[in-house]
Amino acid sequence: MPTDPATPRVVLETRDVIKTYFLEGIEVNALRGVSLTIREGEMVSLMGPSGSGKSTLMHIVGLLDTPTSGQVVLENVDASTMSANQLAELRNRYIGFVFQSFNLLPRTSALANVELPLVYSGVSGSERTRRAKAALERVALANRLGHFSSQLSGGQQQRVAIARALVSNPSIVLADEPTGNLDSKSGIEVMAMLQELNAQGITVVVVTHDDRIARHAQRVVRILDGRIQSEEIVRQRIQAADELRDLPAEEVAG
Amino acid sequence: MNFLESVRIAFRALAANKARSLLTMLGVIIGVAAVILLVGIGTGVQDEVTGSIEGLGSNLLFVLPGQFDSPTGGQPTPPSRQFTIEDAQYIERRVSGLDAVVPVIQGGATIKSGNRSMRVVVAAATEQGNEVFSATIEDGRHYRRSEVQAASRVVALGASVTRQLFPGQDPLGKSVTIQGQRFTVIGHYQAQGGGFGGDQDAQVYMPVTTAQRVLGVDDIGTIVVKVSDSEGIDRAKADILRVMKPRFGDEITVFSQEQTLGILSDLLGTLTYMLAGIAGISLLVGGIGIMNIMLVSVQERTREIGIRKAVGARTYDILSQFVIEAVALSVMGGGIGIAIGWGGAKILSASTPVPSEVTPWAVAMAFFFAFGVGVFFGVYPAYKASKLDPIVALRYE
Ligand SMILES: Nc1ncnc2c1ncn2[C@@H]1O[C@H](COP(=O)(O)OP(=O)(O)O)[C@@H](O)[C@H]1O
Ligand SMILES: [Mg+2]
Repeated sequence: MPTDPATPRVVLETRDVIKTYFLEGIEVNALRGVSLTIREGEMVSLMGPSGSGKSTLMHIVGLLDTPTSGQVVLENVDASTMSANQLAELRNRYIGFVFQSFNLLPRTSALANVELPLVYSGVSGSERTRRAKAALERVALANRLGHFSSQLSGGQQQRVAIARALVSNPSIVLADEPTGNLDSKSGIEVMAMLQELNAQGITVVVVTHDDRIARHAQRVVRILDGRIQSEEIVRQRIQAADELRDLPAEEVAG
Repeated sequence: MNFLESVRIAFRALAANKARSLLTMLGVIIGVAAVILLVGIGTGVQDEVTGSIEGLGSNLLFVLPGQFDSPTGGQPTPPSRQFTIEDAQYIERRVSGLDAVVPVIQGGATIKSGNRSMRVVVAAATEQGNEVFSATIEDGRHYRRSEVQAASRVVALGASVTRQLFPGQDPLGKSVTIQGQRFTVIGHYQAQGGGFGGDQDAQVYMPVTTAQRVLGVDDIGTIVVKVSDSEGIDRAKADILRVMKPRFGDEITVFSQEQTLGILSDLLGTLTYMLAGIAGISLLVGGIGIMNIMLVSVQERTREIGIRKAVGARTYDILSQFVIEAVALSVMGGGIGIAIGWGGAKILSASTPVPSEVTPWAVAMAFFFAFGVGVFFGVYPAYKASKLDPIVALRYE
């Protein structure tokens, strides 16, 4: 691919990805040929109704799952032929996940949760703690380091998850319905955080069924029945920071 | 991820479930304590018995009532008649070429002096006993013929007994209590050191007639014969069998000292292994408990495993985390079990007549066995955990 100085480099690319599940003999075509390109510094939404294949796609681009056919190229590495352990190392290095249900370790402090990716990349001791603290500061949770996930609100838990996704300086942060389990205000806060991180240069992919959430991104990719239906550049991008400002004053403490 | 990190994760998980971890360990604790204690008893009995035989001198024949199929063991026929002191006197009169014919009683007893007490082997014989017991007098004297005839309550002490009951004192002329009866100390012996494991110094010596009263027996256990020279051993053996035939028929057996020692230590060694085996089974049950809990734990923490894999844990990282958890359980259980078993053995030998001796060998074996149990029963659940599909694990509710 010729490198045009005007367009940023490609971080992640899928080529004709097909995913077929077999459930009790019945074929479920979750993805029917998806080709997608994500460039550095972008914020992209994958939008579609429930069951359209968004999560399946996110798991495949996140190297948590492998396609039935097709290729996933992450940072110019073709992941198709990798072993489970090699995929684990790629995830560790290049990908940060944010899930709808937070997926923090229970009975574990916020700090230890954020340190987790560094544990597996072999960063140890004070360096690890320092980086985890810095990541928690970026999501405005510097005062909650020792709290267990059960002692945090949903919005705070999701911010811990964002800090965990950031801590190893990944190429891309993948967020699957990150606001799905949150009240609207916490949801807006989480989107504000993702936008802020994107403004600082991190590539972000947000999976959502919600048109309004989708329009926080620069580009929306619409998925239907396992195919890309359309792509569009968002003309009036919603800025979550503005939404927060417009909320009634007493609710904005948090 | 390094090993230390895996250990930290494992211990954090165990600490998060303290009651469960403790109950799981309990299986191993009981198993290891049982191994240590039972092997300790086996070893202690073996030492006491072989020690008491080695305490006897050389060129010796042991005449026992009853018939043994072969000198290397086999089924003894229960003797229909036991020896008396008169049987020993009869051999002495009728067989030539013998230095001494000594009726011997050996038995365990407790000796006390003031508030000190000790478990000892009573070795009782006639005044010729010093011909067959290899101990050398340090001070004082052996008991005399007149004291054997009168069944006097006199006693000579082995070196350990002297040290234990009269540390830094001269025991001569002091009185001690054996099985509740008062004795006067007439002599004490030099230290001989252990033979192969037995403490020959933990013996006390008294007239056979006295021992019959103190231990409450009429019979004597063994007649020990000292042959004048080693060439004459086989002839003496044949002569003894011949002269005793009218009295005992075939129900009499003559062993040389080496044979006796070999048979007994084989027998007691087998017994020790059997005890170890029985206790080992309970350790195995403890291991199955670990496996059971680890399987439950892997199931419960499916989501945690998914999270770890999502952020970059490799197969090896998950495998080692769970194996280390299982091994930590078994090794901690093993450590506690060793402490309990050891303590139990000490209490047992101090407060009951049952001898027990915890050897480093038994401790090391129990420890490594516990370790092995942890690895063996931990690997399968850990393997299951490490092979979980990250997507399936993350979806797990
Ligand atoms: N593990 C699975 N086994 C079988 N079918 C699945 C599995 N995961 C997803 N599907 C099916 O694939 C389709 C897409 O699912 P998903 O990617 O979760 O959709 P979305 O995230 O857009 O709601 C659905 O029809 C779903 O039932
Ligand atoms: Mg979904």
